Amino acid sequence: MRPADEAELAEMIRSATGSLRIRGGCTRDVGRAVEGETLDVSGLTGITRYEPGSLTLVARAGTPLAEVEDTLAAEGQCLPFEPGDWRGLLGTTGTPTIGGVVAANVSGPRRIQAGACRDSLIGVRFVDGAGTIVSNGGRTMKNVTGYDLVKLMAGSWGTLGVLTEVSFKVLPCAAAAATLVVDTADAAAALAVMSSALTSPFDVSGAAWLPGTGALIRVEGFAGSVAYRSGELAKRLAPFGTVRLETDHDRHPAMWTGIRDAAAFHGQAGDIWRISVRPSDAPGLVARIAGQVLLDWGGGLIWALVGEGTDLRADLGPLTGHATLIRASAATRARIAPFPPESPAVAALTRGLRARFDPRGILNPGLLD
Amino acid sequence: MQMPVPDARLIDGKRSLVSALRTALPPDAVIDDPAETRAYECDALSAYRCAPLAVVLPRTTAEVAAVLKLCHARGVPVVPRGSGTSLAGGALPTADCVILGVARMNAVIETNYADRCIRVQAGRTNLSVTGAVEEEGFFYAPDPSSQLACAIAGNIAMNSGGAHCLKYGVTTNNLLGVTMVTMDGTVIEIGGPYMDAGGIDLLGVICGSEGQLGVVTEATLRILPKPEGARPVLIGFDSNEVAGACVADIIRAGILPVAIEFMDRPCIRACEDFAHAGYPDCEALLIIEVEGSAAEIDEQLGLIGQIARRHEPVEIRESRSEEESKKIWLGRKSAFGAMGQIADYICLDGTIPVSELAFVLRRIGELTAEYGLAVANVFHAGDGNLHPLILYDANRPGDLDKAEALGAAILTLCVQVGGCLTGEHGVGVEKRDLMPVQFTAADMEAQMRVKDVFDPRWLLNPAKVFPLQVSEGRRAA
Repeated sequence: MRPADEAELAEMIRSATGSLRIRGGCTRDVGRAVEGETLDVSGLTGITRYEPGSLTLVARAGTPLAEVEDTLAAEGQCLPFEPGDWRGLLGTTGTPTIGGVVAANVSGPRRIQAGACRDSLIGVRFVDGAGTIVSNGGRTMKNVTGYDLVKLMAGSWGTLGVLTEVSFKVLPCAAAAATLVVDTADAAAALAVMSSALTSPFDVSGAAWLPGTGALIRVEGFAGSVAYRSGELAKRLAPFGTVRLETDHDRHPAMWTGIRDAAAFHGQAGDIWRISVRPSDAPGLVARIAGQVLLDWGGGLIWALVGEGTDLRADLGPLTGHATLIRASAATRARIAPFPPESPAVAALTRGLRARFDPRGILNPGLLD
Repeated sequence: MQMPVPDARLIDGKRSLVSALRTALPPDAVIDDPAETRAYECDALSAYRCAPLAVVLPRTTAEVAAVLKLCHARGVPVVPRGSGTSLAGGALPTADCVILGVARMNAVIETNYADRCIRVQAGRTNLSVTGAVEEEGFFYAPDPSSQLACAIAGNIAMNSGGAHCLKYGVTTNNLLGVTMVTMDGTVIEIGGPYMDAGGIDLLGVICGSEGQLGVVTEATLRILPKPEGARPVLIGFDSNEVAGACVADIIRAGILPVAIEFMDRPCIRACEDFAHAGYPDCEALLIIEVEGSAAEIDEQLGLIGQIARRHEPVEIRESRSEEESKKIWLGRKSAFGAMGQIADYICLDGTIPVSELAFVLRRIGELTAEYGLAVANVFHAGDGNLHPLILYDANRPGDLDKAEALGAAILTLCVQVGGCLTGEHGVGVEKRDLMPVQFTAADMEAQMRVKDVFDPRWLLNPAKVFPLQVSEGRRAA
């Protein structure tokens, strides 16, 4: 099924007789396999409102991410949260959509400074499992009117409703950017660099560790300010290792899209995990991972590439945070829960919400189980 | 403003309830003497008052769970209360409820600079969170004007903002995790000292749920390193509309200051009398603050000055010292108090797309004249969060009704231009009956389902947020 608009989509859900697999651009095939008829949302396209002066953009959920980013770039603006493109990582070939970004709450390196996708998302329209159209939030930067279902929908992977329209707070693009590359021996040394940078007043907008390259510290803003802050940070970080400044117009953005999309793992066999942790725990956890890693979010995010079928949760042991299996064979995903298990009390609430928003249990059933 | 008819059975059962609460809690944690519960009969929306059955002041999560379990078993409604600074009546009691105040839960549990977070008990005041970390050069970003008094629990309930959230976001963007107790006494842990709480974003819907989903007892908050410096500039204009247009131009130019605050003449005068901040004599004043090193501040203020001069300001003046900056902000943050010394007022919180500022300010002026009242404007212009203060005389019969009618007209205007009823204060009882202006029945139904899951019997702060007739079936069940 491929509806052309929201009303048609609502009617299709109302009259559905079985489970539905919700699909946007088909680029983020994560979670357990879903049985059911495909409901393809990629026909709901178009930017419905863009007001550069109000820093807000509204788009239908099936609009390609690239169209949103190009439209913003033409006005010197951007999505603050730097959403990743997971095609290289997952070996998928579709076209990433803005609704898919929201459904998966995809957030890149700038997460540490500008927040996640859910922090920039200020409004949604969706169709619930009964076929009812619901609107929440709006297009103002601040809004506490009623409950925040906007956040609830971000990262719900289509299990509470099918997104039809999303609104964002956007930001002016930085006029300039620079990255300090600090030569570091291991995760512990890299964490020390990232923590030092992130506890400085120099407004760091990216802090990552690429083994073999070093710890990467990014600053963005007006040119004079970027020059000043990168200079101060270079002095501050000098005791940790050799510091190199990268400002090249071509290499610099590629460096960060590489972190954003975990490019180091592209084309390599194995399973991929994404682990959200207390930053200072990262070095200890990295030592338990038999495979390749890279760190983002100042150490708060570990990307890991491990052997097929590895139950990384068992290897990591008790965790302050959680681990998600992003890429693995269908057999592994059937055996190891891709999404982190929840405490019984939280699981009961999640189940309750699903039962209320999708009483027949037809929207991506089992995907998050 | 209507409240549900209190349940006579519960009122009759007060003695037995209080004695059960006294068994469950330390003796000094239960208050039922009417002289003492009077302090809890209203919050900062003081036009509405009602004495509760009893007040409990627990000190631990376990005590909160005990109270909720007990009230749940007896079907007694519970109204959670932080510091009682809600401008929306979020902590307004009903005659058949227990007030659960978290003010005694104010400890710092963990401070971790390397991980840039702090864990506190939720009764801790907003400013004292910053107080706990500022010696190490950190701060907690959301800064509501009431920050000296307001509690983190209340900030989470209302998803509070403040003057500096243009850059740093509101409470929900700075909240990493909570310990929360649901109405049946279940203790739930969500999130922690890491960036994504994981699973469906329960934290996102808890923040801003106005104490209707659970009682937050502990919170993990993001703390940030303080910028090297900050400096405000005062820019005066001879009309509200021109000031509004200047704000839109600054935003469009790609400059994002940490704060852009707006005051009109009545507010400027009241705040100046109160704080002696040296505000210029003008119709409309912008306070714009930028951060960074001295050179970065100069660069940004230079750009802002260029834009402002195109709008022919009557005065542009940068703060020359830390002391002057403090006075400038003291004046702004005292605005509500300073106006309160002059007149009674209703404080609105409608929020609009920034591009509509000039139009909406003009319409507010016209509506105010139609109603024969006066309005003072003081607000967060950068994010379109308006705070028109509608002045009235509480001793003049009918004046409050007229002020409320004007308030409803202004908020309806905000929704019509693409905005919302409340940007940071919350719905409470104050804007409860206006919800249908912004939401369809299906929109409200979707929100109420969330409460059905967390609090199936609708015992937590039940008469708030949703119009009474809309929530009636659920509350009666």
